[in-house]
Amino acid sequence: MAIVTYRDALNHALREEMERDPDVFLMGEEVGVYQGAYKVSRGLLEEFGSMRVVDTPITELGFAGVGVGAAMVGLRPVIEFMTWNFALLAIDQLVNSAAKMRYMSGGQVGVPAVFRGPGGSALQLASQHSQAFESYYAHIPGLKVVMPATPADAKGLLKSAIRDDDPVVFIEGEMLYNTRGEVPEGEHVVPLGQADVKRSGGDVTIVCHSKTVSLALKAAEDLAGEGIEAEIVDLRTIRPLDTETVLNSVARTHRCVVAEEGWPFAGIGAQVVDTIQHEVFDELDAPVLRVTGADVPMPYNKHLERAAKVDAGKIVAAVNEVLYRERDE
Amino acid sequence: MSTKVVMEALSPTMEEGRLVEWKKQEGDAVAVGDVLAEVETDKAVMELVARAGGTLLKQVVQAGTTVPVSELVAVIGEPGEKVEAPVGRGDGQAAPAKKPAPKAEAAEEPPAPPGGPAAAGNGPPAAAPRPAAAPAASRSAGRVKASPLARRMAAERGIDISAVAGSGPEGRVVARDVEGSRPAVAGAAAAVRAPAVRGPAGQPYQDVPLTQIRKTIARRLAQSIGPIPTFYLTTEVDMERAREAREALLEAGGEKVSLNDIVIKAVAMALRQHPVCNAWWQDDHIRYWNEVHVSMAVAMEEGLITPVIRHTDLKSLREIAAESRDLAGRARERKLAPEEYTGGTFSVSNLGMLDIDEFTAVINPPEAGIVAVGRMAERPVVHEGAVAIRRRMRLTMSCDHRMIDGATGARFLQTLKGMLENPLAMVY
Repeated sequence: MAIVTYRDALNHALREEMERDPDVFLMGEEVGVYQGAYKVSRGLLEEFGSMRVVDTPITELGFAGVGVGAAMVGLRPVIEFMTWNFALLAIDQLVNSAAKMRYMSGGQVGVPAVFRGPGGSALQLASQHSQAFESYYAHIPGLKVVMPATPADAKGLLKSAIRDDDPVVFIEGEMLYNTRGEVPEGEHVVPLGQADVKRSGGDVTIVCHSKTVSLALKAAEDLAGEGIEAEIVDLRTIRPLDTETVLNSVARTHRCVVAEEGWPFAGIGAQVVDTIQHEVFDELDAPVLRVTGADVPMPYNKHLERAAKVDAGKIVAAVNEVLYRERDE
Repeated sequence: MSTKVVMEALSPTMEEGRLVEWKKQEGDAVAVGDVLAEVETDKAVMELVARAGGTLLKQVVQAGTTVPVSELVAVIGEPGEKVEAPVGRGDGQAAPAKKPAPKAEAAEEPPAPPGGPAAAGNGPPAAAPRPAAAPAASRSAGRVKASPLARRMAAERGIDISAVAGSGPEGRVVARDVEGSRPAVAGAAAAVRAPAVRGPAGQPYQDVPLTQIRKTIARRLAQSIGPIPTFYLTTEVDMERAREAREALLEAGGEKVSLNDIVIKAVAMALRQHPVCNAWWQDDHIRYWNEVHVSMAVAMEEGLITPVIRHTDLKSLREIAAESRDLAGRARERKLAPEEYTGGTFSVSNLGMLDIDEFTAVINPPEAGIVAVGRMAERPVVHEGAVAIRRRMRLTMSCDHRMIDGATGARFLQTLKGMLENPLAMVY
């Protein structure tokens, strides 16, 4: 298998899907001439031309609406937001148009569009540019929300998202673009709605997605040194949620920690915990704990920023707690 | 600013305590160090003292209530101060034992100290453990806190979950507690319990709740008779010379030395010659003690306790006599400090004063052995070729076969017998 960056894996998925299906086109700020703010669309303008790789003005609501309209008449747009922070300006199109069109047209009109771009915090981009918005979109019936953590999943899930007949919110990890990993050669498609066990273990389940997957794996390494085997469940798709994989794991380990980058209140973890406590209550040996970003606007100060973010140490601490392990204070 | 008073861990093994009596009433002025209440722990009745001064605003629990360690029992504050609804758990001001600070949600986690690596995870976890959500609403007397898994496991195995000691936060019974528990434990507890109370006529039985000490005895003795492969050795000792020695000491005046004191001293001296019997079973190793600390079983009005005479081999009979009298007296008043009844390396139990000729004693784990002392009685025996009436006493040693083999134990007992039959051997 080839070792590919997350960025290039996305690029390959776009290229392959645009080659496969002439209805697929890419639109957004700086996607063409500049080849993408994060260089995900490198080479695509040259290869597919300006009819299929469209640079837009700085008008998120406008080009998101154009994307919805194009999808309604049969095209398969991939709308790039430079980041999901900017997509707040376009959320009306996603929530009120894309998500509801199939329902309100009585099934006559679907919106097979992908809205993609980086989410979450990077480093010292301050409060307005360091936000994890997956719970905003996962809240909406009619939207699918996908968040790959690895290059292979990035490629395979983006291809599935483009082929899906409903609107997909595809949130990439800004800090993941440079990460490398093996990606299967040739056609590689990962179905939506399937979580992935990134590491097996019998002592505790750590549910995570996107950036927290690597943190959970790091935590699992540390815990393994103490004889604790953690099972890492990468949700990959937030909605529809693969409850079966999560529940099967928790039913075996009896203890669970849910990690996410975003804020705690009404976060993704809240939904996961609700499902667990409802479906496998009698399997639980401890309350399910959540590890989240701090419930504050992201500080700019780098020390405070670090304190506000999830890290492997916080995940380890939560695991120790659900395992009732004694620790020095 | 009010201060919450919680049930403190007053002994090393205490998990809950029964509040026997309030010494301060609501409205009373309280100074730091004042005794607020008497608390019955698993071993003794001890004092719960105030860690803050002010006025006792509220007694959260009534006398007679059993309260898990760290649970709220009272509130101290300024006179007239309004007491918030009790939350069931102290805020950490009053309890010396380590205890997590309650936290409402993750947002209040203390930030990690600056200067660590960006990805963190290397250092110890920054966040303090978080107790379960404040259980104020669900708290009700008699309810057992247990995880759903622990409840299911207990139900499947036929274990009474209320008989399982919980090791989780606030005594929550969790899976590992049920795993280490057997239905047999309940049976053993019932066997040791023999209430010396007679109910009203016509009543076939009387249910007596288990006290803290009875629970501890049940747990400890079941633990002993189960996993410890015990065997017993009995010998009869001629006590004429020991008795003469005692009478000579009594005539000399001073501290009154009992026969039991002589036995304790002899046991200590014999242990010095047989260190293999002066040992602790430590699961994966044996700890042979270089020091000799003899525990002596003392009957209390309710239950028994084994205060320890430290460095027994180094003390004179007079010292042993004084110390055993003091320890036994305070044991009966339940005034012993935890360090006074832990750490023994071998035990002596004596039922001779209750006319028992001989008996087998249960080993006090992790010790390797215990000597059970019967009564001294005049018996016809063959002495120097003729039948004579001699004062005789039977000793029965219980040995943990994991540490002591038959011949090893027999040799120890032989030495002990020799010392009692010729007390000079003790000082030789």
